[in-house]
Amino acid sequence: MISTLGGFTLFLALGVTLYAAAASVLGARQGREDWLASSRNAVLAHFCLVTLAIFLLEYALVTSDFSLRYVANNSTRASLTRYKIAGLWGSLEGSILLWEWLQSLMAALVVARYSGGGGSEAPSGTRQLLPYVQAVLQGISAFFLILMAFGANPFARIFPVPPDGRGLNPLLEVTDMLIHPLLLYLGYVGFSVPYAFAMAALVTGRPTEEWLRITRRWTVVAWLFLTGGIFYGGWWSYRTLGWGGYWAWDPVENASFMPWLTGTAFIHSVMIQERKRMLKVWNLTLITLTFTLVIFGTFLTRSGILGSVHAFADGPVGMMFLAFLALVLFFSFGLVAYRSDQLKGHGELDSILSRESAFLLNNLVLVGICFTVFLGTIFPLLSEAVRGNKISVGTPYFNKVSVPLGMALLLLMGIGPLIAWGRASLNNLKRNFLKPGLAAVLGAALLYALGVRQVQVLVAFGLCFFVIGTIVFEFWVATRTRARMMGESVLAAFGTLLLKSRRRYGGLIVHLGVVIAILGIAVSSVYKVEREQTLKPGDRLSLGRYSVRFEGLAAGERPTHILVWANLQAFRDGRPLHELMPGQRFYPNQQSPFASVDARYHWSEDLYVILSAFERDGSSATIKVIVNPMISWIWIGGGVILLGVLVAVLPERRLALLALRAKAQVA
Amino acid sequence: MSWKKALIPLASVPLIILLAYGFWTDPRAIPSPLVRQAAPSFRLALYDGDPLSLEGLKGKPVVLNFWASWCYPACYEEAPLLEATWRKYRDQGLMVVGVDIQDKEANAREFMRRFDFSFPNGPDPGSKISIDYGVYGVPETFFIDRQGRIKYKHVGALTPAVMEEQVRAILRET
Repeated sequence: MISTLGGFTLFLALGVTLYAAAASVLGARQGREDWLASSRNAVLAHFCLVTLAIFLLEYALVTSDFSLRYVANNSTRASLTRYKIAGLWGSLEGSILLWEWLQSLMAALVVARYSGGGGSEAPSGTRQLLPYVQAVLQGISAFFLILMAFGANPFARIFPVPPDGRGLNPLLEVTDMLIHPLLLYLGYVGFSVPYAFAMAALVTGRPTEEWLRITRRWTVVAWLFLTGGIFYGGWWSYRTLGWGGYWAWDPVENASFMPWLTGTAFIHSVMIQERKRMLKVWNLTLITLTFTLVIFGTFLTRSGILGSVHAFADGPVGMMFLAFLALVLFFSFGLVAYRSDQLKGHGELDSILSRESAFLLNNLVLVGICFTVFLGTIFPLLSEAVRGNKISVGTPYFNKVSVPLGMALLLLMGIGPLIAWGRASLNNLKRNFLKPGLAAVLGAALLYALGVRQVQVLVAFGLCFFVIGTIVFEFWVATRTRARMMGESVLAAFGTLLLKSRRRYGGLIVHLGVVIAILGIAVSSVYKVEREQTLKPGDRLSLGRYSVRFEGLAAGERPTHILVWANLQAFRDGRPLHELMPGQRFYPNQQSPFASVDARYHWSEDLYVILSAFERDGSSATIKVIVNPMISWIWIGGGVILLGVLVAVLPERRLALLALRAKAQVA
Repeated sequence: MSWKKALIPLASVPLIILLAYGFWTDPRAIPSPLVRQAAPSFRLALYDGDPLSLEGLKGKPVVLNFWASWCYPACYEEAPLLEATWRKYRDQGLMVVGVDIQDKEANAREFMRRFDFSFPNGPDPGSKISIDYGVYGVPETFFIDRQGRIKYKHVGALTPAVMEEQVRAILRET
């Protein structure tokens, strides 16, 4: 029943989406407003149909209808309802349905936002671009629907109906599973909107700056979701996977990192085009790359051509993704080639000492990192094609290349926002960079005096001090100037400043968040210490200022698994600190146990303990203790980035209203 | 559009070709160091109550299959093939042995009843046998010749073609 209905809904949605694409293009070509209106309705109908399909699959998941193959593979009767719901994105077919739903949601949002041809406040040109934007977005939707119809049907039946399903991987039965994938998918899907506008600008022969202005907020919000998804994923794996790390350069992680890099480059380089009308081709290339990397990443992880812990699924899906990837590349770059006469830049670089060139360098570094990661990710394939043997490159390769490039990026992050557009005068340089530069040198010297000898750490800290210096300096100077000129209090001046140039100051806050995160990454990776030891009850394991005493083993039955844990008493400087209970979870359906990490999280350093092994009679346990200094700064940095983006994108009127209200309360 | 311009989109062709090449490679081909080595010995307490050990099967070719009742769909797909192979070749001396790993006994018995298993099957408490054989996931099948050497290891559900070819190979060896 659900199978038939679901399959039918998806086929209907495919018909509607193709109609919407065709009607919007024809309507625009022939100037028929009624066709355009009809296509907008079709976009909304498409969204409703896919929503219905989601509901059907969720219903089957929640009611444990194992006659659907997907339900049998991704849920069990014993699962909590929220994990039955999360089964929707537990594997291939369901995640494609979810993706397609978000895709249809984006298209509907575009319609809602600009209905009636854009409204009075929409930037000029929106009206002309919209029909083609819809055509591109519906085209993308059509791909996902075809994928489900012919390769990955979430409503496929099985026979015989199994008595119980296999369920999610136990690692996925955590609350994080409800958040992390959704954030990532929103980021992935979000980038399709600026991409669609870019293609529409090319098709209509209007590849000027207007599509950038229209999509700025869409892009930044997509970037925020992608960033949030990546940070959240790191946080999740750190807290639950039980190896004490947060990033492993796994193909699936790289798949999310690559579009992030090009997307970040795009957000910066559009500023040059808006101001100098340069880099048109470059910006089109970046947004196309970002979108293709999203598809590429999904292809990599879903086609099974690379062995990854996360990778699964064979069959036609990989081929279909590859065909779509090829189509997107040919279509996008074909359009760029076709319009290349219109894409000649107007301005040129006035000086190497300018914000433009700082941004350009930033772009080169970001794309450079992206290329490195790309090469490392597909290296097993490349080496097998060329030399016939499979060689994977591991963490050392990625770290070796990305650390120096990351440092260069850090330096540019300090220079970019403060150096003058056009041509920086010596005076400008002195005024903006002398004090932050001094702060950097003094800070690094202080660390050296305190005994830090690793060059990498000194350089990283020096650069971080430099960037923080520039940001604080910029905020301070601007606030003081405003307070003096307007006679406002420092606090009021600071607030108005944030409101008046939200894009600039929001951006600076994002930079601050990135620096905080980089400090966390640098310190935790260089100063992390760990020790593993087999303990008898009463034994102690010491590591730096900390020690843990093994009190004994315990075991208990949980709804879905059996938990064995070690009772530990942690000490710092000999004083009792905390009780910790790391354990191992045993699931009936899984061959190996899963770690159940315990830790004392603190802003200065985390004490992280893992139960590696134990004797069944409780006579001993092997405990691993890791001290991770400043690792929580990574997550704090993520929070600051979120704050900065919110400052940058919250609608003007909303903020003005808040400010008014605040003023009224003061008065 | 001139041919020079056409080079822009065509630049992506090598990448597409490389990725397409990926379909002809098998990332699951995990080389097992056990192949061509002596099969690790094991003892199995069968579900029907008898004991069984690899030593006791000396001189017989063995198809050693690791399965579980929760392994859906792969184990369900290959189960009828295992039973059919056993019935077809048992008179020529072939042994088919099933090792059930990380399972609940009731579910396992239900599984064996469903597929009418008549070849010997037993659980692997503590996953000792699976560890000795380096089992990566279920199902995995080892084809062991009359000398007790592993001739071939198959990951994933068996297909009739692979089964036929490998069984004939271990039956032939003397």
